[in-house]
Amino acid sequence: MAQMNMLQAILSAQKCMLERDDNVMIFGQDVGYFGGVFRATEGLQAEFGAQRVFDTPISENGIIATAIGMSINGMRPVAEIQFSDYIYPAFDQIASEASRIRYRSGGEYSTNITIRTPCGGGIRGGQTHSQSPEGIFTHISGIKVVMPSNPYDAKGLLISSIESNDPVLFFEPKRLYNGPFYGDPNAPSIGWDTHEKGEVPEGHYSIPLAEAEITRTGEELTIITYGTMVHVVETAVKQTGVDAEIIDLRCLSPIDYDTIINSVNKTGRCLVAHEATKVGGFGAEILSIIQENCFWKLRAPIERVTGWDIPYPHAFEWEYFPVPKRVGKAITRIMEA
Amino acid sequence: MTKHQSSRQNNLHIPEPKFRPGQTNDFAHLKIPNVDEAPKPAIDCNPHNIRDLAYGLIRVLDDEGQAGGAWNINITPDILRQGLKDMLLTRLFDDRMQLLHRTGKISFYMKCTGEEAISVAHSLALKNSDMVFPSYRNQGILISRGYPLLDMMCQCLSNSRDNCKGRQLPIMYSWKAGNFFTISGNLATQFSQAVGWAMAEARKGGNRVCTTFVGDGSTAEIDFHSALTFAATFNPPVILNIVNNQWAISSNQVVAGGERTTFAARGIGVGLPSLRVDGNDFLAVYAASKWAADRARAGYGATLIEHFTYRVAPHSTSDDPSAYRPADEDKNWPLGDPLERLKTHLINIDEWSEAQHEQLAEQYTAEIKAEYKQAESYGTLTSGARPDVSSMFEDIFEEITPNRIRQRQELGL
Repeated sequence: MAQMNMLQAILSAQKCMLERDDNVMIFGQDVGYFGGVFRATEGLQAEFGAQRVFDTPISENGIIATAIGMSINGMRPVAEIQFSDYIYPAFDQIASEASRIRYRSGGEYSTNITIRTPCGGGIRGGQTHSQSPEGIFTHISGIKVVMPSNPYDAKGLLISSIESNDPVLFFEPKRLYNGPFYGDPNAPSIGWDTHEKGEVPEGHYSIPLAEAEITRTGEELTIITYGTMVHVVETAVKQTGVDAEIIDLRCLSPIDYDTIINSVNKTGRCLVAHEATKVGGFGAEILSIIQENCFWKLRAPIERVTGWDIPYPHAFEWEYFPVPKRVGKAITRIMEA
Repeated sequence: MTKHQSSRQNNLHIPEPKFRPGQTNDFAHLKIPNVDEAPKPAIDCNPHNIRDLAYGLIRVLDDEGQAGGAWNINITPDILRQGLKDMLLTRLFDDRMQLLHRTGKISFYMKCTGEEAISVAHSLALKNSDMVFPSYRNQGILISRGYPLLDMMCQCLSNSRDNCKGRQLPIMYSWKAGNFFTISGNLATQFSQAVGWAMAEARKGGNRVCTTFVGDGSTAEIDFHSALTFAATFNPPVILNIVNNQWAISSNQVVAGGERTTFAARGIGVGLPSLRVDGNDFLAVYAASKWAADRARAGYGATLIEHFTYRVAPHSTSDDPSAYRPADEDKNWPLGDPLERLKTHLINIDEWSEAQHEQLAEQYTAEIKAEYKQAESYGTLTSGARPDVSSMFEDIFEEITPNRIRQRQELGL
């Protein structure tokens, strides 16, 4: 085992797959010689050559389209979209092409592309470097949507994503790249060496897609979340002292129904937390799953703590962000209901 | 104060085709060069030295059906005859399918009448092992590559033998064994994918070529532009074909910026060798396609080709062109009918006859009829056998997910 932050884990997963499978190709804006603006592909071009790791034109549409084309010719492409805020020019290629090639061709053709993209706020990125657009993509049939919350999961899930014969959209909460974030922007930064999930095997391992993880077992309340909010929620649970069960979904599509349903049926109370905006967000889908499957076991209304329904404002980042205090208030409301 | 006499008042320019219903389009405004005007460069030429080819028109067959000029590469009579046969079969197949739509047997169809030379000549100039990322009017490639008519019909009928399992509109074919990519229906998405396919081929050091097609209208799509940029950046073995058939449903090519310059000229801006070809001239399309394929195979990279043609057919069975263009416009198209032109040429060189042509047309008509009878035995969209309904929940992912299993059960399957 080695100590890795989330970037190192993501780099390690890519390196591992470049070594194991000659068909793996990695590309995107600035990912080649420079190694990516977040350094998630650092050194890969030097080690594996520019034929396999290279820079592309600034065209998200072109990056994803060519990735699809490469996959049809036997490659296993890993494309980086520099910020998930920039993914929209590629939307048609993701929603209408990658997600439907297997279906529309009656299974004759399929694409295995993995799209890595940093998401989420908390780094003073303003409204163009902070979005969490996962809910836009979970609505689409045919693309898997993954979001890890720690280095160990990031590597295992990214390896699974690259090895998957289905297209995968792999969101990386950038606030977690260098360390866990417990929700207080004024607290000193701490590294992943303080967290057990910062222990990452150097070699190959994989975590199945569509398996949520219970990061804290509890009896009184189920909190369903993913990405950065896993750690923020943990803080709120500590502060309120409630015996909550925390579920880190890890994979949003397909979703792990059983883990959610079993937990809520056990606790009878549920809170859903995500950083993305509320209306039409992925939390609404989770609420529906619970309502459809756990209604008669519920002892309180389900609540959602999310980003407000506004763009991510630069100067008001921490008023937007669902900080532990907001999560705590919701926990209290549910427990008192 | 000085009054600037030279200034013009701003006025939003809304482009309009020159002629509308009730008028006669004589196409007098088109400059049709002679066959000897376009030089044929070597495949290792510097693209900057052949820019004129993007503004001219590569032609081989003159108005009398004689072959000439630098692009006359002396295609063997066997290939020419094969081309004529494939074009004839394509046209007769289209006519039959259009008729089936009128009788309610299929829900939709798109003919390629007047554009047969482009798909067929291009297909014959390439190898069957070369990859095609098609648009929706490339049925000539399928027919030229020998895709069984029965398979095409079953796809159009969405019946129990449809390889797309009833999921796609008619004509959205997929033929993996024939290196023919699944047709999307979302315009131009294949154009940039094709560049990626060719990039992978280059990385593998392979010698297969990738070819892809887009219409004049959909050159406006983002995929067209990213395809050109990526093709220019990575220079993979890809042929980027624009079929300029003048009309995108009811929108004339002027609405895609066609007034300013040629569509082939789009390639000049990114430094790609760009050819503009008489798309109704089988010999010219074949020669230009072969030139591009030879370049790609020899490692010189991407080529852009504009095939200049006319969409004789409606856009689709849902379209009525008489509402937006002169009814006889296709009759006045100065580049003629591609089938007639090739037939005339073959007769001129004593390699074909009217009698043979008539006989072949009869034979094909009978074959199509027989194939259709067989296709219908596998069902139609509205009657007979259908694809397995429960299969509609499959192929979302490699493995079916629990929510889809539950929904399938909810449907009672």
